Amino acid sequence: MSDAIAIPGFADPVADSQRAFRAVLDAMARPGRIADLGEGLRAPAPLDPATAAVALMLADQETTVALDGALRDAAPWLSFHAGVTLVDDPTRAQFVIASICPDLGSLDAGTDEQPETSATLILQVPGFGAGPGYRLSGPGLENPAILHVQGLPDGFAAAWQANHARYPRGIDVILCVGNRVAALPRSVSVEQL
Amino acid sequence: MEGYNFAYLDEQTKRMIRRAILKAVAVPGHQVPFGSREMPLPYGWGTGGIQVTASILGADDTLKVIDQGADDTTNAVSIRRFFARTAGVRTTTRTAEATVIQTRHRVPETPLREDQIIVYQVPQPEPLSRLEPSRVQTKIMHALGEYGLMHVKLYEDVARYGQVSISYDYPVMVNGRHLMAPSPIPAFDNPKLDRMPALQLFGAGREKRIYAVPPFTSVRSLDFDDHPFRAIRAPHACGLCGATDCYLDEVVVDDRGKRLFVCSDTDHCATRREAGHSGADSLPEAAE
Repeated sequence: MSDAIAIPGFADPVADSQRAFRAVLDAMARPGRIADLGEGLRAPAPLDPATAAVALMLADQETTVALDGALRDAAPWLSFHAGVTLVDDPTRAQFVIASICPDLGSLDAGTDEQPETSATLILQVPGFGAGPGYRLSGPGLENPAILHVQGLPDGFAAAWQANHARYPRGIDVILCVGNRVAALPRSVSVEQL
Repeated sequence: MEGYNFAYLDEQTKRMIRRAILKAVAVPGHQVPFGSREMPLPYGWGTGGIQVTASILGADDTLKVIDQGADDTTNAVSIRRFFARTAGVRTTTRTAEATVIQTRHRVPETPLREDQIIVYQVPQPEPLSRLEPSRVQTKIMHALGEYGLMHVKLYEDVARYGQVSISYDYPVMVNGRHLMAPSPIPAFDNPKLDRMPALQLFGAGREKRIYAVPPFTSVRSLDFDDHPFRAIRAPHACGLCGATDCYLDEVVVDDRGKRLFVCSDTDHCATRREAGHSGADSLPEAAE
Protein backbone atom coordinates (compact mmCIF):
# COMPACT_ATOMS: atom_id res chain seq x y z
CA MET A 1 0.00 0.00 0.00
CA SER A 2 1.44 3.34 -1.00
CA ASP A 3 1.62 6.27 1.41
CA ALA A 4 -0.99 8.24 -0.48
CA ILE A 5 -3.59 5.50 -0.01
CA ALA A 6 -2.91 5.50 3.71
CA ILE A 7 -4.15 9.08 4.10
CA PRO A 8 -7.49 8.55 5.78
CA GLY A 9 -10.61 9.86 4.12
CA PHE A 10 -12.55 11.50 6.90
CA ALA A 11 -11.18 11.44 10.46
CA ASP A 12 -14.78 10.97 11.64
CA PRO A 13 -16.64 9.57 8.62
CA VAL A 14 -20.13 10.20 9.97
CA ALA A 15 -19.75 13.74 11.32
CA ASP A 16 -17.30 14.94 8.67
CA SER A 17 -19.36 13.76 5.72
CA GLN A 18 -22.49 15.29 7.26
CA ARG A 19 -20.66 18.62 7.68
CA ALA A 20 -19.36 18.43 4.12
CA PHE A 21 -22.83 17.63 2.82
CA ARG A 22 -24.45 20.56 4.63
CA ALA A 23 -21.78 22.91 3.25
CA VAL A 24 -22.38 21.64 -0.29
CA LEU A 25 -26.16 21.74 0.21
CA ASP A 26 -25.90 25.34 1.40
CA ALA A 27 -23.74 26.19 -1.62
CA MET A 28 -26.07 24.41 -4.04
CA ALA A 29 -29.20 26.02 -2.56
CA ARG A 30 -27.63 29.48 -2.68
CA PRO A 31 -25.51 29.64 -5.84
CA GLY A 32 -22.38 31.76 -5.47
CA ARG A 33 -22.23 31.39 -1.70
CA ILE A 34 -18.84 30.12 -0.56
CA ALA A 35 -19.26 27.46 2.11
CA ASP A 36 -16.53 26.25 4.43
CA LEU A 37 -16.03 22.51 4.95
CA GLY A 38 -14.05 23.07 8.12
CA GLU A 39 -10.48 22.34 9.12
CA GLY A 40 -8.93 18.96 9.69
CA LEU A 41 -9.59 17.42 6.28
CA ARG A 42 -6.60 15.74 4.68
CA ALA A 43 -6.30 14.84 1.07
CA PRO A 44 -3.65 13.23 -1.10
CA ALA A 45 -2.02 15.49 -3.68
CA PRO A 46 -3.12 16.65 -6.19
CA LEU A 47 -6.61 16.85 -4.62
CA ASP A 48 -7.57 19.80 -2.46
CA PRO A 49 -9.22 18.84 0.85
CA ALA A 50 -12.59 20.13 -0.41
CA THR A 51 -12.39 18.14 -3.63
CA ALA A 52 -11.55 14.99 -1.71
CA ALA A 53 -14.29 15.59 0.86
CA VAL A 54 -16.98 16.19 -1.77
CA ALA A 55 -15.92 13.05 -3.63
CA LEU A 56 -15.97 10.90 -0.48
CA MET A 57 -19.26 12.39 0.67
CA LEU A 58 -21.11 11.72 -2.61
CA ALA A 59 -19.40 8.90 -4.48
CA ASP A 60 -19.39 5.19 -3.61
CA GLN A 61 -19.67 1.80 -5.26
CA GLU A 62 -23.01 2.81 -6.79
CA THR A 63 -21.52 5.67 -8.77
CA THR A 64 -19.13 6.08 -11.65
CA VAL A 65 -16.35 8.64 -11.38
CA ALA A 66 -13.99 10.06 -14.00
CA LEU A 67 -10.78 11.85 -13.00
CA ASP A 68 -9.14 14.17 -15.48
CA GLY A 69 -5.46 13.78 -16.40
CA ALA A 70 -3.97 16.14 -13.83
CA LEU A 71 -5.81 14.45 -10.95
CA ARG A 72 -5.26 10.85 -12.08
CA ASP A 73 -2.73 10.29 -9.27
CA ALA A 74 -5.59 10.32 -6.78
CA ALA A 75 -7.30 7.35 -8.45
CA PRO A 76 -5.94 4.61 -6.13
CA TRP A 77 -6.85 6.66 -3.04
CA LEU A 78 -10.37 7.33 -4.29
CA SER A 79 -11.11 3.76 -5.28
CA PHE A 80 -9.69 2.45 -1.99
CA HIS A 81 -11.64 4.82 0.30
CA ALA A 82 -14.86 5.28 -1.66
CA GLY A 83 -14.98 2.04 -3.65
CA VAL A 84 -16.00 3.96 -6.74
CA THR A 85 -16.01 2.59 -10.25
CA LEU A 86 -13.47 4.69 -12.13
CA VAL A 87 -14.18 5.23 -15.80
CA ASP A 88 -11.84 6.75 -18.38
CA ASP A 89 -14.53 8.39 -20.44
CA PRO A 90 -15.91 11.49 -18.62
CA THR A 91 -18.99 11.51 -20.87
CA ARG A 92 -20.13 8.29 -19.16
CA ALA A 93 -19.47 9.29 -15.55
CA GLN A 94 -21.93 10.44 -12.91
CA PHE A 95 -19.20 12.44 -11.18
CA VAL A 96 -16.45 14.12 -13.13
CA ILE A 97 -13.60 15.34 -10.96
CA ALA A 98 -11.40 17.76 -12.85
CA SER A 99 -8.97 20.63 -12.47
CA ILE A 100 -9.51 21.85 -16.04
CA CYS A 101 -13.10 22.61 -16.99
CA PRO A 102 -14.20 20.07 -19.61
CA ASP A 103 -16.65 20.86 -22.39
CA LEU A 104 -19.96 21.00 -20.49
CA GLY A 105 -21.82 19.98 -23.62
CA SER A 106 -19.96 16.67 -23.78
CA LEU A 107 -20.96 15.45 -20.30
CA ASP A 108 -24.12 13.47 -19.57
CA ALA A 109 -26.93 16.03 -19.18
CA GLY A 110 -29.64 13.52 -18.28
CA THR A 111 -32.98 13.37 -20.05
CA ASP A 112 -36.05 15.60 -19.86
CA GLU A 113 -37.86 12.81 -18.04
CA GLN A 114 -34.95 12.01 -15.72
CA PRO A 115 -32.85 15.16 -15.40
CA GLU A 116 -31.50 13.84 -12.08
CA THR A 117 -29.34 11.32 -13.94
CA SER A 118 -27.07 14.08 -15.24
CA ALA A 119 -23.39 14.33 -14.32
CA THR A 120 -22.08 16.48 -11.47
CA LEU A 121 -18.80 18.22 -12.24
CA ILE A 122 -16.52 18.59 -9.20
CA LEU A 123 -14.13 21.23 -10.44
CA GLN A 124 -11.00 22.09 -8.50
CA VAL A 125 -10.05 25.70 -9.27
CA PRO A 126 -7.12 27.86 -8.06
CA GLY A 127 -9.11 30.40 -6.05
CA PHE A 128 -12.26 32.34 -5.19
CA GLY A 129 -12.48 36.09 -4.64
CA ALA A 130 -10.08 37.00 -7.43
CA GLY A 131 -10.12 36.47 -11.16
CA PRO A 132 -13.05 37.04 -13.50
CA GLY A 133 -16.36 37.94 -11.89
CA TYR A 134 -19.65 36.26 -12.75
CA ARG A 135 -23.12 37.54 -11.97
CA LEU A 136 -25.46 34.72 -10.98
CA SER A 137 -29.24 34.86 -10.89
CA GLY A 138 -31.99 32.30 -10.51
CA PRO A 139 -33.51 30.02 -7.86
CA GLY A 140 -31.79 30.31 -4.47
CA LEU A 141 -30.94 33.97 -4.95
CA GLU A 142 -32.96 36.87 -3.62
CA ASN A 143 -30.76 39.27 -5.57
CA PRO A 144 -28.14 38.45 -8.19
CA ALA A 145 -24.89 37.26 -6.59
CA ILE A 146 -21.35 37.99 -7.74
CA LEU A 147 -18.82 35.17 -7.70
CA HIS A 148 -15.15 35.63 -8.60
CA VAL A 149 -13.43 32.44 -9.67
CA GLN A 150 -9.95 31.87 -10.98
CA GLY A 151 -9.16 29.22 -13.52
CA LEU A 152 -12.41 28.98 -15.48
CA PRO A 153 -11.82 28.97 -19.24
CA ASP A 154 -12.49 32.01 -21.43
CA GLY A 155 -16.04 31.95 -22.63
CA PHE A 156 -17.21 29.97 -19.59
CA ALA A 157 -20.29 32.17 -19.19
CA ALA A 158 -21.40 31.42 -22.76
CA ALA A 159 -20.74 27.68 -22.30
CA TRP A 160 -22.70 27.80 -19.05
CA GLN A 161 -25.64 29.57 -20.68
CA ALA A 162 -25.76 26.80 -23.28
CA ASN A 163 -25.88 24.31 -20.37
CA HIS A 164 -28.55 26.40 -18.61
CA ALA A 165 -30.63 26.63 -21.80
CA ARG A 166 -31.13 22.84 -21.79
CA TYR A 167 -32.96 23.08 -18.45
CA PRO A 168 -34.24 20.84 -16.87
CA ARG A 169 -31.38 18.86 -18.42
CA GLY A 170 -27.89 20.06 -17.63
CA ILE A 171 -24.69 19.69 -15.61
CA ASP A 172 -24.34 20.88 -12.01
CA VAL A 173 -20.96 22.14 -10.92
CA ILE A 174 -19.35 22.10 -7.48
CA LEU A 175 -16.31 24.39 -7.39
CA CYS A 176 -13.63 23.45 -4.85
CA VAL A 177 -10.74 25.50 -3.50
CA GLY A 178 -8.73 24.52 -0.42
CA ASN A 179 -11.40 23.59 2.08
CA ARG A 180 -14.13 25.76 0.56
CA VAL A 181 -16.83 25.09 -2.02
CA ALA A 182 -19.25 27.04 -4.18
CA ALA A 183 -21.82 25.57 -6.54
CA LEU A 184 -23.51 26.30 -9.82
CA PRO A 185 -26.74 24.31 -10.21
CA ARG A 186 -28.05 24.14 -13.78
CA SER A 187 -31.01 26.35 -12.80
CA VAL A 188 -28.76 29.40 -12.37
CA SER A 189 -28.05 31.90 -15.09
CA VAL A 190 -24.45 33.16 -15.38
CA GLU A 191 -23.25 36.42 -16.91
CA GLN A 192 -19.61 37.48 -17.07
CA LEU A 193 -18.95 40.92 -15.59
CA MET B 1 -27.64 5.00 20.61
CA GLU B 2 -25.90 1.64 20.94
CA GLY B 3 -25.98 -0.53 17.84
CA TYR B 4 -27.19 2.12 15.44
CA ASN B 5 -25.42 4.65 13.27
CA PHE B 6 -25.89 8.35 14.03
CA ALA B 7 -29.45 9.31 13.01
CA TYR B 8 -30.40 5.65 12.38
CA LEU B 9 -29.61 5.39 8.65
CA ASP B 10 -26.34 3.81 7.51
CA GLU B 11 -23.83 5.99 5.67
CA GLN B 12 -24.41 4.27 2.33
CA THR B 13 -28.11 5.14 2.46
CA LYS B 14 -27.36 8.69 3.53
CA ARG B 15 -25.01 9.16 0.57
CA MET B 16 -27.68 7.93 -1.82
CA ILE B 17 -30.27 10.28 -0.29
CA ARG B 18 -27.79 13.18 -0.26
CA ARG B 19 -27.11 12.69 -3.98
CA ALA B 20 -30.87 12.78 -4.60
CA ILE B 21 -31.28 15.93 -2.47
CA LEU B 22 -28.56 17.82 -4.35
CA LYS B 23 -30.12 16.95 -7.71
CA ALA B 24 -33.54 17.91 -6.36
CA VAL B 25 -32.19 21.33 -5.34
CA ALA B 26 -30.64 21.80 -8.80
CA VAL B 27 -34.01 21.13 -10.51
CA PRO B 28 -36.57 22.83 -8.24
CA GLY B 29 -39.91 20.99 -8.09
CA HIS B 30 -38.71 17.91 -10.01
CA GLN B 31 -39.33 14.59 -8.23
CA VAL B 32 -36.10 12.61 -7.86
CA PRO B 33 -36.53 8.85 -7.25
CA PHE B 34 -34.58 7.40 -4.33
CA GLY B 35 -34.16 4.02 -2.68
CA SER B 36 -36.53 4.51 0.22
CA ARG B 37 -35.66 2.26 3.15
CA GLU B 38 -37.86 0.42 5.57
CA MET B 39 -38.12 2.54 8.71
CA PRO B 40 -39.17 1.57 12.21
CA LEU B 41 -42.61 3.08 11.65
CA PRO B 42 -45.18 2.47 8.94
CA TYR B 43 -45.56 4.21 5.60
CA GLY B 44 -47.82 7.18 6.00
CA TRP B 45 -46.21 8.18 9.27
CA GLY B 46 -43.53 10.32 7.72
CA THR B 47 -40.95 7.80 6.54
CA GLY B 48 -39.92 10.06 3.63
CA GLY B 49 -39.50 13.10 5.83
CA ILE B 50 -37.59 11.07 8.40
CA GLN B 51 -35.13 9.75 5.82
CA VAL B 52 -34.50 13.26 4.50
CA THR B 53 -34.09 14.62 8.05
CA ALA B 54 -31.75 11.75 8.99
CA SER B 55 -29.56 12.51 5.97
CA ILE B 56 -29.16 16.22 6.67
CA LEU B 57 -29.10 16.20 10.48
CA GLY B 58 -25.85 16.93 12.34
CA ALA B 59 -24.96 16.84 16.01
CA ASP B 60 -25.25 20.63 16.35
CA ASP B 61 -28.71 20.88 14.81
CA THR B 62 -31.85 21.69 16.77
CA LEU B 63 -34.88 19.77 15.56
CA LYS B 64 -38.54 20.73 15.69
CA VAL B 65 -41.25 18.34 14.50
CA ILE B 66 -44.86 19.35 13.92
CA ASP B 67 -47.92 17.42 12.91
CA GLN B 68 -50.72 19.65 11.55
CA GLY B 69 -49.01 22.56 13.28
CA ALA B 70 -48.92 20.88 16.71
CA ASP B 71 -45.75 19.84 18.55
CA ASP B 72 -47.59 17.57 20.97
CA THR B 73 -49.41 15.08 18.73
CA THR B 74 -48.43 11.40 18.50
CA ASN B 75 -46.61 11.60 15.19
CA ALA B 76 -44.63 14.70 16.16
CA VAL B 77 -43.72 13.36 19.59
CA SER B 78 -42.56 9.98 18.26
CA ILE B 79 -40.44 11.45 15.47
CA ARG B 80 -38.87 13.98 17.83
CA ARG B 81 -38.07 11.22 20.32
CA PHE B 82 -36.75 9.01 17.53
CA PHE B 83 -34.11 11.60 16.59
CA ALA B 84 -33.38 12.55 20.20
CA ARG B 85 -32.53 8.86 20.80
CA THR B 86 -30.79 7.91 17.56
CA ALA B 87 -28.94 11.18 16.92
CA GLY B 88 -28.87 12.81 20.35
CA VAL B 89 -29.79 16.17 18.81
CA ARG B 90 -31.39 18.99 20.74
CA THR B 91 -35.10 19.26 20.14
CA THR B 92 -37.37 22.23 20.55
CA THR B 93 -40.94 23.28 20.04
CA ARG B 94 -39.96 26.87 19.27
CA THR B 95 -39.93 27.61 15.56
CA ALA B 96 -37.35 30.38 16.00
CA GLU B 97 -34.88 28.09 17.83
CA ALA B 98 -34.96 25.23 15.33
CA THR B 99 -32.42 24.73 12.55
CA VAL B 100 -34.29 21.79 11.00
CA ILE B 101 -38.09 21.60 11.07
CA GLN B 102 -39.85 18.44 9.96
CA THR B 103 -43.49 19.03 9.26
CA ARG B 104 -46.59 17.08 8.45
CA HIS B 105 -49.07 19.22 6.54
CA ARG B 106 -48.43 22.73 7.91
CA VAL B 107 -45.95 25.55 7.49
CA PRO B 108 -45.23 27.37 10.78
CA GLU B 109 -46.81 30.81 11.11
CA THR B 110 -43.50 32.32 12.27
CA PRO B 111 -41.62 33.29 9.08
CA LEU B 112 -38.65 30.96 8.50
CA ARG B 113 -35.10 32.26 8.14
CA GLU B 114 -32.23 31.59 5.74
CA ASP B 115 -30.41 29.39 8.28
CA GLN B 116 -33.33 26.99 8.65
CA ILE B 117 -34.34 23.95 6.60
CA ILE B 118 -37.94 22.73 6.48
CA VAL B 119 -38.62 19.06 5.62
CA TYR B 120 -42.14 18.14 4.50
CA GLN B 121 -43.64 14.68 4.86
CA VAL B 122 -45.32 13.87 1.57
CA PRO B 123 -47.91 11.10 1.03
CA GLN B 124 -48.37 11.64 -2.72
CA PRO B 125 -45.61 13.57 -4.53
CA GLU B 126 -47.25 13.43 -7.95
CA PRO B 127 -49.60 16.42 -8.39
CA LEU B 128 -51.18 14.81 -11.45
CA SER B 129 -51.86 11.45 -9.79
CA ARG B 130 -55.62 11.96 -9.49
CA LEU B 131 -55.87 13.01 -13.12
CA GLU B 132 -53.48 10.55 -14.74
CA PRO B 133 -52.87 7.26 -12.93
CA SER B 134 -49.90 6.20 -15.07
CA ARG B 135 -46.49 7.24 -13.74
CA VAL B 136 -45.05 6.72 -17.20
CA GLN B 137 -47.47 9.30 -18.57
CA THR B 138 -47.04 11.86 -15.78
CA LYS B 139 -43.26 11.70 -16.21
CA ILE B 140 -43.68 12.56 -19.87
CA MET B 141 -46.05 15.39 -18.95
CA HIS B 142 -43.47 16.84 -16.54
CA ALA B 143 -40.75 16.43 -19.17
CA LEU B 144 -42.79 18.36 -21.70
CA GLY B 145 -44.12 20.89 -19.17
CA GLU B 146 -47.57 19.82 -20.38
CA TYR B 147 -49.93 20.71 -17.56
CA GLY B 148 -53.12 21.37 -19.50
CA LEU B 149 -54.86 18.55 -17.65
CA MET B 150 -54.50 20.36 -14.33
CA HIS B 151 -55.77 23.62 -15.80
CA VAL B 152 -58.80 21.76 -17.17
CA LYS B 153 -59.44 20.32 -13.69
CA LEU B 154 -59.31 23.81 -12.16
CA TYR B 155 -61.51 25.17 -14.97
CA GLU B 156 -64.11 22.44 -14.40
CA ASP B 157 -64.12 23.30 -10.69
CA VAL B 158 -64.77 26.96 -11.51
CA ALA B 159 -67.48 26.04 -14.03
CA ARG B 160 -69.20 23.68 -11.59
CA TYR B 161 -68.73 25.32 -8.19
CA GLY B 162 -67.78 28.89 -9.08
CA GLN B 163 -64.39 28.42 -7.44
CA VAL B 164 -61.48 26.00 -7.29
CA SER B 165 -62.54 23.23 -4.91
CA ILE B 166 -59.08 22.29 -3.63
CA SER B 167 -58.48 23.24 -0.01
CA TYR B 168 -55.22 21.38 0.62
CA ASP B 169 -52.35 20.03 -1.50
CA TYR B 170 -53.16 22.87 -3.89
CA PRO B 171 -50.92 22.46 -6.98
CA VAL B 172 -48.11 24.97 -7.45
CA MET B 173 -45.79 25.88 -10.30
CA VAL B 174 -42.16 26.00 -9.15
CA ASN B 175 -39.58 28.21 -10.86
CA GLY B 176 -42.07 28.60 -13.71
CA ARG B 177 -41.31 25.10 -14.93
CA HIS B 178 -42.36 22.14 -12.75
CA LEU B 179 -45.82 21.46 -11.38
CA MET B 180 -45.43 20.36 -7.77
CA ALA B 181 -47.55 18.95 -4.96
CA PRO B 182 -46.81 21.13 -1.91
CA SER B 183 -47.82 18.13 0.31
CA PRO B 184 -51.26 18.32 1.96
CA ILE B 185 -50.68 21.70 3.57
CA PRO B 186 -53.79 23.90 3.58
CA ALA B 187 -53.99 26.20 0.56
CA PHE B 188 -53.73 28.95 3.21
CA ASP B 189 -50.03 28.05 3.57
CA ASN B 190 -49.23 28.10 -0.17
CA PRO B 191 -48.21 31.79 -0.26
CA LYS B 192 -45.58 31.06 2.43
CA LEU B 193 -43.74 28.74 0.04
CA ASP B 194 -43.20 31.52 -2.48
CA ARG B 195 -39.71 33.04 -2.18
CA MET B 196 -39.28 31.55 1.30
CA PRO B 197 -35.78 32.33 2.69
CA ALA B 198 -35.42 28.76 4.06
CA LEU B 199 -34.54 25.72 1.97
CA GLN B 200 -37.58 23.42 1.54
CA LEU B 201 -37.10 19.66 1.13
CA PHE B 202 -39.90 17.17 0.47
CA GLY B 203 -39.68 13.42 1.17
CA ALA B 204 -42.19 10.76 0.13
CA GLY B 205 -41.23 7.38 1.64
CA ARG B 206 -43.81 5.03 0.16
CA GLU B 207 -43.68 6.72 -3.26
CA LYS B 208 -39.87 6.93 -3.06
CA ARG B 209 -39.46 10.50 -4.25
CA ILE B 210 -37.53 13.52 -3.01
CA TYR B 211 -37.97 17.06 -4.29
CA ALA B 212 -36.93 20.51 -3.21
CA VAL B 213 -37.55 24.22 -3.47
CA PRO B 214 -34.40 26.34 -2.98
CA PRO B 215 -34.64 29.64 -1.07
CA PHE B 216 -36.20 32.64 -2.82
CA THR B 217 -37.67 30.49 -5.57
CA SER B 218 -40.93 31.41 -7.22
CA VAL B 219 -43.79 29.11 -6.12
CA ARG B 220 -47.04 30.13 -7.78
CA SER B 221 -50.39 28.56 -6.93
CA LEU B 222 -52.19 27.74 -10.18
CA ASP B 223 -55.10 30.06 -10.92
CA PHE B 224 -56.83 32.06 -13.65
CA ASP B 225 -56.68 35.82 -14.31
CA ASP B 226 -60.39 36.15 -13.56
CA HIS B 227 -60.33 33.64 -10.68
CA PRO B 228 -57.14 34.51 -8.77
CA PHE B 229 -55.88 32.18 -6.05
CA ARG B 230 -57.21 33.02 -2.60
CA ALA B 231 -55.84 31.74 0.69
CA ILE B 232 -58.90 30.63 2.67
CA ARG B 233 -59.16 30.44 6.47
CA ALA B 234 -62.07 30.04 8.89
CA PRO B 235 -63.55 33.52 9.48
CA HIS B 236 -62.94 33.49 13.24
CA ALA B 237 -60.39 34.63 15.80
CA CYS B 238 -58.39 32.06 17.78
CA GLY B 239 -60.32 31.31 20.96
CA LEU B 240 -57.13 31.12 23.02
CA CYS B 241 -54.85 33.86 21.68
CA GLY B 242 -57.24 35.99 19.63
CA ALA B 243 -55.15 35.83 16.42
CA THR B 244 -57.12 36.71 13.32
CA ASP B 245 -54.43 36.11 10.73
CA CYS B 246 -53.42 32.46 11.17
CA TYR B 247 -54.79 29.06 10.25
CA LEU B 248 -57.39 27.68 12.68
CA ASP B 249 -58.45 24.21 13.76
CA GLU B 250 -62.11 23.64 14.66
CA VAL B 251 -62.47 21.63 17.86
CA VAL B 252 -65.73 20.21 19.24
CA VAL B 253 -65.52 20.83 23.00
CA ASP B 254 -68.70 19.33 24.48
CA ASP B 255 -71.63 17.04 23.62
CA ARG B 256 -73.88 19.96 22.70
CA GLY B 257 -71.99 20.91 19.57
CA LYS B 258 -70.04 23.81 21.05
CA ARG B 259 -67.07 24.58 18.90
CA LEU B 260 -63.77 26.24 19.56
CA PHE B 261 -61.50 27.68 16.90
CA VAL B 262 -57.83 27.57 17.89
CA CYS B 263 -54.53 28.21 16.13
CA SER B 264 -53.33 25.08 14.38
CA ASP B 265 -49.73 26.21 15.09
CA THR B 266 -49.39 25.49 18.82
CA ASP B 267 -46.03 27.26 19.18
CA HIS B 268 -47.38 30.42 17.55
CA CYS B 269 -50.44 30.36 19.82
CA ALA B 270 -48.40 29.76 22.99
CA THR B 271 -45.94 32.53 22.09
CA ARG B 272 -48.80 34.97 21.57
CA ARG B 273 -50.42 34.00 24.88
CA GLU B 274 -47.10 34.46 26.69
CA ALA B 275 -46.93 37.92 25.16
CA GLY B 276 -50.27 38.71 26.81
CA HIS B 277 -52.70 38.12 23.96
CA SER B 278 -55.90 36.30 24.83
CA GLY B 279 -59.03 35.18 23.05
CA ALA B 280 -62.72 34.94 23.86
CA ASP B 281 -62.44 31.36 25.18
CA SER B 282 -59.27 31.67 27.26
CA LEU B 283 -59.71 30.16 30.68
CA PRO B 284 -58.34 32.20 33.58
CA GLU B 285 -55.98 29.40 34.64
CA ALA B 286 -54.75 29.00 31.06
CA ALA B 287 -53.63 32.62 31.05
CA GLU B 288 -51.20 32.14 33.94
